[in-house]
This record gives sequence, structure tokens and C-alpha cells, in this order.
Amino acid sequence: MTLELRQIEKTVGMDVHIHPTDLVLEAGGFNILLGTTLSGKTTLMQLMAGLDRPTGGRLYFDGKDVTGMRVQNRNVSMVYQQFINYPNFTVFENIASPLRVARMGDAEIKKRVGAMADLLRLSPMLDRKPAELSGGQQQRTALARALVKDSDLVLLDEPLANLDFKLREELREELPKLFADRNCIVVYATTEPIEALLLGGRTATLHEGRVTQFGPTGDVYRNPKDVISAKVFSEPPINTAVIRKTGDRVALGSVAHWACPAVLSDKPDGDYRIGLRPHHVTPIAGGAEDGRVKISGEVLVTELSGSESTVHFKVGSETWVSLAHGIHSFGVGEVAELYADLSRAFYFGADGALIAAQEIGE
Amino acid sequence: MARITLDKLRHSYMETPAADADWALKQVDITWDDGGAYALLGPSGCGKTTLLNIISGLLRPSQGRILFDDRDVTAFAPDQRHIAQVFQFPVVYDTMTVYENLAFPLRNRGVDKATTDKRVREVADFIDMTHRLDERAKGLTADGKQKISLGRGLVRTDVNVIMFDEPLTVIDPHLKWELRSKLKELHQRVRLTMIYVTHDQTEALTFADKVVVMNEGEVVQIGTPVDLFERPQHTFVGHFIGSPGMNVLPCTVDNGTVYLGGDAVAVANDAAGAAGGSLEIGIRPEFVRFAESGLPAHVVKVSDAGRHRIVETRCADQTVRMLIAEGVEIPADGVQLAFDRANTRLYADGWMVGGNSVAGGAQ
Repeated sequence: MTLELRQIEKTVGMDVHIHPTDLVLEAGGFNILLGTTLSGKTTLMQLMAGLDRPTGGRLYFDGKDVTGMRVQNRNVSMVYQQFINYPNFTVFENIASPLRVARMGDAEIKKRVGAMADLLRLSPMLDRKPAELSGGQQQRTALARALVKDSDLVLLDEPLANLDFKLREELREELPKLFADRNCIVVYATTEPIEALLLGGRTATLHEGRVTQFGPTGDVYRNPKDVISAKVFSEPPINTAVIRKTGDRVALGSVAHWACPAVLSDKPDGDYRIGLRPHHVTPIAGGAEDGRVKISGEVLVTELSGSESTVHFKVGSETWVSLAHGIHSFGVGEVAELYADLSRAFYFGADGALIAAQEIGE
Repeated sequence: MARITLDKLRHSYMETPAADADWALKQVDITWDDGGAYALLGPSGCGKTTLLNIISGLLRPSQGRILFDDRDVTAFAPDQRHIAQVFQFPVVYDTMTVYENLAFPLRNRGVDKATTDKRVREVADFIDMTHRLDERAKGLTADGKQKISLGRGLVRTDVNVIMFDEPLTVIDPHLKWELRSKLKELHQRVRLTMIYVTHDQTEALTFADKVVVMNEGEVVQIGTPVDLFERPQHTFVGHFIGSPGMNVLPCTVDNGTVYLGGDAVAVANDAAGAAGGSLEIGIRPEFVRFAESGLPAHVVKVSDAGRHRIVETRCADQTVRMLIAEGVEIPADGVQLAFDRANTRLYADGWMVGGNSVAGGAQ
């Protein structure tokens, strides 16, 4: 099963909502759209579903052109961030509703709804109305409704965003299991990098209506092809700064300088950009011999979560973040000595494209 | 600013509460020191919103008193309490400019023009809105509007406390980091009493000096983020804080020795103190590691969380999760697990054996 977007675009008046996009989505594993609010995730999903018509490009399902085909004629389910259920229907009737529309027999409906309720732990609530349920149960009802018919395409638009932290953790673990033995294409939109990582599958990073990178989730995270993809896929945000290469040295302003890394050695002198994820800048001391360089900066604030310490500090005109295990407390205004693990650094060119990362372990 | 004391507060939404479950708040005793940064953390329905409404005066408690310093304010209306509040969804007047929105709480109280102007500009600078002061609020994004809401909460200088009710829920992760650290920075500079209500452990732990963890209408533990992480007094705290939460493993105790399945496990507390009840070992995923010899287990699933991996194992017929740092190898099958003794504890009926009372590190 494949859904193919060929040069799909969407403009509204003078505004480009989605730039021409090519994307091939397959069944098995989640296809994740990762990006901030207004990056185009929802628009892209609506175009995939046929809820919205593209202003250019074609959409193919299993090789068949479905561009402009109405959503009613496609076999699609969608779950939104807000828990959308029929308030006057019981949980049972909510879950059964797509089957009623499809004129399925009562016995088969009962069987399917029962199985779905079991899977989503809603069996004791089948006779209740949505308003009598917790948020997690309401969203599970919406999920059950989306799953009860065998859709070819299931679109989940930030389905966990309105749930409590712990519930989110729990449902995030359940979701991939629900789809494990189904033959359908699942698209999942999220603003949270950690959610994309834990769901696995493949991830498309989105920024201002453009898919900047698409591939297996872990690969996109570890090998971002440009500075924008790296920023989209980093939480806390990735630290970046302009560095200058002069001969066999590179310098980050007057903050630090080190031996020119191999990836830059055959590049001309001039300005480049370094990217370091916060957990690769830590108070753990080290030197050139273990690939570290000291980065000192004035501390803006330290946050201690009990297991980890987050230090926000100034590096030239940029604000950097350090994230380390354990308790490392720095006072506001203090100059902290932090150490960047250069073996984990990304080097980008002036155009933002990755030059090449240093060798990455694992 | 003031010290806030909640004295034997109880609340029920029923007229004649009888059973324990009829109480939305069972009994709450808390003292919040003047100038502290506090968080009220718990799942939906734990009573934190009830407690917030009682402090702000929107709700009169069934029993107990609220004191601001030594003054009993239990009967005071909300406007007599001088509290600033920031809500989950932005409260902004669309037709007003950003400046007018920020000035509103001050003008409303007849603060003079010069003082108002000075405060508005200070706050605007703090929320990075100086360049947009003359724009209508209508044109702002959801993030921008929430920044204005925060700004309005911070603009008055005569308040006893600023309360934040899930203020960052509608904010994107990238901006969440920015706004949260801004709030923390502000608190460290001005030392206003702040109470931050949330279900999100990361927000609570990083913002607050002291966190009040609630569950089912009760305070389960009050402590610093480090207390809650390292010494959870109750398995609920262990589970609720941390991602993934603490492993809670049913166990047996024989002659003062704790057994998981057939293997003895060394714990930090005195197991001999366990007087029956349902017994469990609590150990956080951070403190489980692979060892040469230890508890036999097998790896069920490895999830990539970026800076570490979450490894799910089966050990003594139970699920044990562990956090493994980037670059550390995960052995193939037939692994052995070691629990860090100093961070392995015995719990009886949910409570840490030989632990402190609820308010362990309260003041």
C-alpha cells in the first residue's frame, strides 16, 4: 500500500501554505510529520485525505490517481487533537458510527466494537456518554472510532497533545501496537521531537510549508541534512553558532578555538556554522585529547529536574543550552565552564546544508 | 508578597460528604514561604484546580483556613486577595493594542500614568514584545497572545502571589523552553511568590524550588525536585515523576531480606521495618544497569529516545525498564541486571518503608 504525493502544493491567494512536495508513504510503521505549529502538518494531512484540494500536483493511492477525489469516496480516518465524539451517543454508538454508515449488520458491529473496546480498554465504559469520561478515555473513544473500520489511510493530528503527561506516555506506547497487524498507512503529526523518536517509523521534518527531510526516524535525527532539519528535530533546541576556519584551526568567536575537523579540512577558509545538541555540551570536563573543547559563558538560568540539569548560557550573541545528568547548579550571571563534545558536532555551510558530521558512534 | 498557609483545608462538592471519596480535597496543610517558586503537580482530577480556586477565592472551602501572612483571608472575595493569575488559554483583549493589554490591570486600579508606562515597558522588554507594543493583539499568534497573558500576570507589583494554571499547554515545545526559563529567570531576579499548577512534570520540576505532588485529593509528597526524584516517599510519586517512571515491582520479604522472584535484592531502607501489607521494590530506570552477574533478564524492546535509549526487559516475570546512555552497548540475549542499592527501596502499601511523613521536606 502506498500513498504518493507528486509535486503537491497549496497556495491560498498569495500565500504558499505547502511548497511543491514529493513524498511516498507506505504501510507498516508510522509516517511522522514533525514541525512547529503552522509548519504545514495539518494542511498536508488534509491534502492527503482529500479534505482539501491541492492547487498543484497529483496524489496517487496504490498507483491510482485520487487527486480531487472527495474524502467520502476514499477510505480514510482522522483523529484530531481535540477529542471529537458525538456527545449524545454512548461510547458504543460512537465507536459503531462509521460501521452504521457503512450499513454493517448488528452482529458484526457488536463483534467489532467489542474487540476495539477491549483493545483500548473501554469495555467498562461502553454505555456511558463521552462527557462522563476522562480526557484519555474520550481520546481513546475517538481512536477506536477511527480504527474500527479498516481504513486505508489513518491520519492522527497531534492526538495526544491535549492529554496529561503520563497518559500521553501510556498511549504513545500503545499506539504502535494498535497498528502492528493492520494493513494501512498511518500518518502522525506532532510538534515534539521526543514523540517522533519514541514512535519510530519514518519522519518528515516540516518547516514553513516545506518537507526538509524524510527518512527512517533515527537517521533523520542523527544525520540532519541541513541546519533547519536539525533545529526541527531537537529538543531542547540545538545550539548553533558561526565559526570561522583559518588554516588548520576553527574559532567560535573569542569563546573557543580548536583544530580544524577532518570534514572541513579541504574546505576554503571562511565562515561555517556548528550545531551541537544540548546533551553534547555538559559540565563534564575534558580537553582536546578526548575531543572536547571548553565553552565558557554567562549563565542566564539553571533548571534542575532532579535527574538532569539544564543550563541556559550566553555564547557570543547566541543563547546555548547544556543538558546533563546529575545536579550541576550555576548561579545567574556566573560564568560557567562547559565542555562541548566535538565528536558529536554537526558542521553546516553558509547555505545551511550539512557539510558532514563527524563520525557518529552506535 | 506574602507567606501563604493552607490550614487543614478540606473541600467537597457534595452537600453532605460521607465517604472518603466524596472529598475532592481530603486534607491539605501547606505553607508556602514568601518569595518561593512552587509547583502544584498531579494528574487530571487530583484536586489541584480545586485548591487553586480556593486560594484565589473563587471557591469557599468546606473546612479549614487560608492565611496570607497571619491574616485569615478565607472569607475574602477574589479581588480582595490581590492575586495575579495566568490561565491555560490566553486572556487578551483583541481590540486593544499590546500596550493597552499590558497596562489594563494597572489602569483598572488607578495606577498613575508614569508608573504604568514604566511597568509596561519593563514587562514588555521581559517578554520580548517591546517592538510590538503598538500592534493590536488580534494579529498575534497563540504564542504571542500567551506571552501577553503572562505579561499581564507580571505587571502588578502589589500582588500577594502570582498563580499560573497550566500556562504553557498551548505553546510549542521550542517556545516552551524559552518561556519557562524566562519565568524562572524572572523569579530568580524578583523573588515573587509564584505557584505554578501543571500536570507536566518537566515544567513543574524545572520551574519550582519546591513541588507539591497531589493525587486523589491528597498531598502525597512535598519536596525539592531532587527529593522527588531520589527519594520518592510513595510509589505514585516514583511513577508520576520521571519518564519513564520508577519501576514498581511486587516482591517478598523474608527475615529482613527482600526477594524479587527467587533472587535477593539489596535495598537502601531497612526491610525489617516492613510490617506486612503489599510489598514492592521501587527502582528508577536510571539506576538499573547491565552487569556481569545479577538478576537474569531478557530484553523485550529498545526505544530510541535520542540522547538515551529506553530498554524494556523482563526480569522475574515482571517488566523492568532501564535508561541506557548514547554509545553504551546493549548485550544481545540473556542479560543480567544490577540495581544500584542506594536507589533501590522497599515500599509497603505504596509508602516507603521507614520513610518520612508526606511533608518530608515541607518547609
